[in-house]
Amino acid sequence: MSPVGELVRPSTATEVQEIVRERRSVLPRGGGTKTALSTPASEVTVLDLSRLSGVLEYDPAEFTFTALAGTPVRAVEEMLEAHGQFLPFDPPFSASGATLGGTVASGLSGPRRYRYGGVRDFVLGVRFVDGTGALVRGGGRVVKNAAGFDFPKLMVGSLGQLGVLVELTFKVFPARRAHATLRVAYAGFEEAVESLVRLGASHFDLEALELHPPGILWVRVGGLAESLEARIARLVAFLGARAEILRGEEERAVWEGAREFAWVPPGTCLVKVPVTPRRLAGLEARLARSGALRRYSVGGTCAWVAWPGELGLLHRMLVELGLAGLCVLGPPGRGKLGEWEGEAFARRVRRALDPHGKFGTG
Amino acid sequence: MRRTVPLVDALRSIYPRDRILTRPAELAPYESDALTGFRSRPLAVVLPETQDEVIATVRWCYRKGVPFVARGSGTSLSGGSLPVEDGIVIALNRLNRILRLDPEERIAVVEPGVPNLEVSRAAAPYGLSYAPDPSSQAVCTIGGNVAFNSGGAHCLKYGMTANHVLGIKAVLADGEVVRFGGESLEGVGPDLVGIFVGSEGLFGIALEITLRLVPRPEAYRTVLAAYRSLLEAGEAVARVVASGLLPGAIEIMDRLSLEAAEAAMGAGYPRDAAAVLIVELEGEEPEVESELRQLLEVIRPSGPLEVRLAKDEAERQKIWKGRKGAFSAVGRLSPDYLVQDGVVPRTKLAQALEEIERLSAAYGLRVANVFHAGDGNLHPLILYDGRNPGELERAEALAGEILRMCIRLGGSITGEHGVGVEKRKYLAEMFTETDLAVMRRLRHAMDPRELANRGKVFPPEPVAATVGA
Repeated sequence: MSPVGELVRPSTATEVQEIVRERRSVLPRGGGTKTALSTPASEVTVLDLSRLSGVLEYDPAEFTFTALAGTPVRAVEEMLEAHGQFLPFDPPFSASGATLGGTVASGLSGPRRYRYGGVRDFVLGVRFVDGTGALVRGGGRVVKNAAGFDFPKLMVGSLGQLGVLVELTFKVFPARRAHATLRVAYAGFEEAVESLVRLGASHFDLEALELHPPGILWVRVGGLAESLEARIARLVAFLGARAEILRGEEERAVWEGAREFAWVPPGTCLVKVPVTPRRLAGLEARLARSGALRRYSVGGTCAWVAWPGELGLLHRMLVELGLAGLCVLGPPGRGKLGEWEGEAFARRVRRALDPHGKFGTG
Repeated sequence: MRRTVPLVDALRSIYPRDRILTRPAELAPYESDALTGFRSRPLAVVLPETQDEVIATVRWCYRKGVPFVARGSGTSLSGGSLPVEDGIVIALNRLNRILRLDPEERIAVVEPGVPNLEVSRAAAPYGLSYAPDPSSQAVCTIGGNVAFNSGGAHCLKYGMTANHVLGIKAVLADGEVVRFGGESLEGVGPDLVGIFVGSEGLFGIALEITLRLVPRPEAYRTVLAAYRSLLEAGEAVARVVASGLLPGAIEIMDRLSLEAAEAAMGAGYPRDAAAVLIVELEGEEPEVESELRQLLEVIRPSGPLEVRLAKDEAERQKIWKGRKGAFSAVGRLSPDYLVQDGVVPRTKLAQALEEIERLSAAYGLRVANVFHAGDGNLHPLILYDGRNPGELERAEALAGEILRMCIRLGGSITGEHGVGVEKRKYLAEMFTETDLAVMRRLRHAMDPRELANRGKVFPPEPVAATVGA
């Protein structure tokens, strides 16, 4: 029987296997930055992975790296930056101490997910301990691989319920040489959404595209320095609106702040809501009345809601809208909000990877 | 008469007589796929026209314990749609409706029998396209692409099928209909779409697939560089990758495949080259123009015999026609061929090519190389004549050596064709018994009786399926 709040800090995969075999119920935790997902709600053994940290392999010419799951994202980003490379999906909470494993298990991506794809598109390989204590490998270390079931993707968003991640391989991209950001103000939400949809269907290669209600669009471009000004000019002409152009440190800070959720007031919950551009208006109407701060990221496909009150209210709102939500910052045990698609299939997957229910049912 | 005729008769409750094929002449086209060395005759082929018919068929199979193989156009190069002797084939080509195409949300909802290229055709009027572009895209179906996580020349930039599927409605092997994923780029909870895509039909059959569409690039710059040796072309790839450019595609063709493409299609490739490198840049006009200057600076010191730039869309299409038609063109050089699609780390490309050349000489079999160089995805085509006793076996042995080399170099036995029947035994060399046991457990959670695409992916000699249970 595990006491409440038991905390173990394994330093090898073998120790993780032993803990999973011996304990009745375990909750893996990386940097603990996603409080709602990494704080125990009941009697469980918290499996702190901070000692399983370090890069195992990185050949810059290969544009891939392999690291232990407890490795801080920031450490990896610094290593990559020294070689002109980066993790294009902008892992959130990197400055606050998020780990690679926590990023994968929570399935979170930041603003540049718009241009390059999300965490799911960059995980190539995984080693994890399943609910029986077996150490399992899936995927590989090369950028393209179709051998065996795609466990690396399955682990994205698995919230620690399918296995404890111990090692991950990612692909990375060459960093863009230059960036600029356009801040465009519209009369209202409807006009801003219209412009967002028009940009999304256009041939502009945008790094990020966000809508901050009621009517501000943030448009990030990146690429070679020599063509950047020409591209900005074309973009301004296309938008036909007055745009404020940000560059340099100021520009970087905007996106760093977005990744760290600096705009979320202390004491409020942070909830991720996958959505589509056409459904933005319905969601916005309800949220605007609730007084919650919110941002629409990834070209209007990912809403971030800073919910000030009781989560039950938001849950009911999402059910009515037919949307799903994941509470990232907030009280433990209340991660799943709204209507989650695919539960029947997910249950089968859980039964296969966690037959004894070691990882809880969420 | 085969003993199972009454069993097949029972399918008449689902299908009219003309949509159940049982006569040898009718079954013949379904006996093999693009992996022509393998053949197997199923009990029957059924031709569903609705999702409900597929569901009823799968449920019937489950009740009777009859294995089934779902099939699109049969373009699998790994034997993924090879029939099972005492099973049935569910041919999905008539389930070919594009149910919805929404340019504003940039999605298409399609049935599994829709050919890959049809999606891009339907999306073209809106300036959108479906990015994954397997060489067989004119015929291969989305259902097959989903089952095998198909790639294509442009996955270097866009990723594979799994990176473009947002949601799936599927009937699992025990008859339950499930939906997962959705219409958003983002999701919550485990990536169920991610595990279904590439499961090679072992979980069940996708009935409805929600695809993501992407805007067509404004501009392309397609560069063709000819080299004196395959090795030089391989080294040029390393330079391009290291330059920090992110091309849409980086492809290589060797002398044998160039000659074949030239003879078959008159693609206009340089005649004196031992290898050709194709690099395609795509994106906004001012950006690709700058990138082109940089690309040419990178390529120049790599010692090419000749560098060409496609002057217009027609020239670009000609270059790609030769590349995408290379497999069938090489096929004309030889009665039979095997295609492998192992992956090596990109920095070990030159080493891998030298090794293939050595193996080709040692086995006395010609090997043509046409491949996705940018992501290290080899495509050696091993030419053989099945009429010569022992030659297929020799070709398979050579293929096996190439796969083992890929594993040894830290790569994979397949980049995009899947394991199928052909690479089953090599899967056990890439993964441990424990890895495979957990994969089997997952398969059994969807298909407890191993009816869906039985005999594929897992090594023929079962490893202990009860590890850890």
